[in-house]
Amino acid sequence: MIDVLTIKELAVQRGGRSLFAGLNLKVRAGEAVALTGRNGSGKTSLLRVVAGLLKPESGEVSFGGIDVAEARAGGVHLIGHQDGLKPARTAGEELRFWSAWNGADAGAAQAGAEQLHLLPLMDLEVRRLSAGQRRRLALARLVAAPRPLWLLDEPLSPLDAGWRIRFGEIMSRHLDGGGMVLAAVHDPLPIPARTVELPS
Amino acid sequence: MSRLGALLAREIALAWGRGGGPLVSVGFYAGVATLLPLAVGPEPARLAAVAAGVAWVALALSTLLSLDRLFERDYEDGALDLLALSQAPLELTCAVKCLGQWIATGAPLALAAPLAAIGLGADPRLAPMIFACALAGGLAFSFVGGVGAALSLGARRGGLLTAVIVLPLFVPPVIFGGGTLDALAAGLPWRSGLSLLCAYATTTVALGPLAMAAACRNALS
Repeated sequence: MIDVLTIKELAVQRGGRSLFAGLNLKVRAGEAVALTGRNGSGKTSLLRVVAGLLKPESGEVSFGGIDVAEARAGGVHLIGHQDGLKPARTAGEELRFWSAWNGADAGAAQAGAEQLHLLPLMDLEVRRLSAGQRRRLALARLVAAPRPLWLLDEPLSPLDAGWRIRFGEIMSRHLDGGGMVLAAVHDPLPIPARTVELPS
Repeated sequence: MSRLGALLAREIALAWGRGGGPLVSVGFYAGVATLLPLAVGPEPARLAAVAAGVAWVALALSTLLSLDRLFERDYEDGALDLLALSQAPLELTCAVKCLGQWIATGAPLALAAPLAAIGLGADPRLAPMIFACALAGGLAFSFVGGVGAALSLGARRGGLLTAVIVLPLFVPPVIFGGGTLDALAAGLPWRSGLSLLCAYATTTVALGPLAMAAACRNALS
């Protein structure tokens, strides 16, 4: 199990433009880090580098001695701007699929739906859900198939005030269980978190 | 259900879901087959001579319809990120997606192929072979098409680009399949053509996912 994320001397470019260079960051078990910075400062790119979807110009990402590919495949959840949900499928079908994809069973999907108060919506097509409900459906993946490192890109933006607090409670439970959160945010996280600002 | 089994079921469900993609492909196929008599004339002898070949070419063109969204939809809505971030190798994931495309679209088209050929005047005794060739050829079309769809990810007018990339790669199965059917209709040896068709399909199944996964990784980065 991953218990630390280490970023060393990381440099990332997009479209020939340097986003940041020489970035060092360590996230330990039980810790949440809020990445802040102006639009285009590279918050999303950093999350994608950690997830292995984007190659950095230089530097390295490691997970405490665990094989990097193995750690990413079994230990990382990514919630990006896009939620990966298909509008024509029902919320239940989508949650069950992504739970199975992440190695969890239908019972775990049900538990995830329950925690995010999605049970009444499970038979609705995703296209019928509001932006906040869709975001809760995406976040239910985190609960359905527990993984230690959560990479969250603007996780709170479509959520109302009540759900921001409830999701904060879910993140707190994750951290209490030894998990880690690295979140790109514009609004503060509803839990105690170390803030790292990317240079503009 | 295993993760790859779940993905296969999802791909088939999405293909058959809202919009009825496979039915559109079959409808397009029927349209192409119907256009032919208008172009070459209605003489039964002339139509019968080209029926199997036309059914075969129409199959290739109809397959194109369902290819452009094979990866594009997942790329646009973020699902491809999540599929790539998995314990399942991306190569296997790509293979399963193509297999789903083949089951959902290739199989109905393979069923339609003998009907169209017979409708155009082909010998009904050719029907089983037309079906078999369409099934094997459709598998090749799906996996070759998957490579084109992955390579055109993120491109403007990706569907057109996919067609430009894959049509040259459709040439071998069209030649092998059409040759097999011509040989069988003429009472000539046909096994070598079918063997080459199956070999091509097997090669695309073996190598296509490697290219698809590399193209998907490139698009995601």
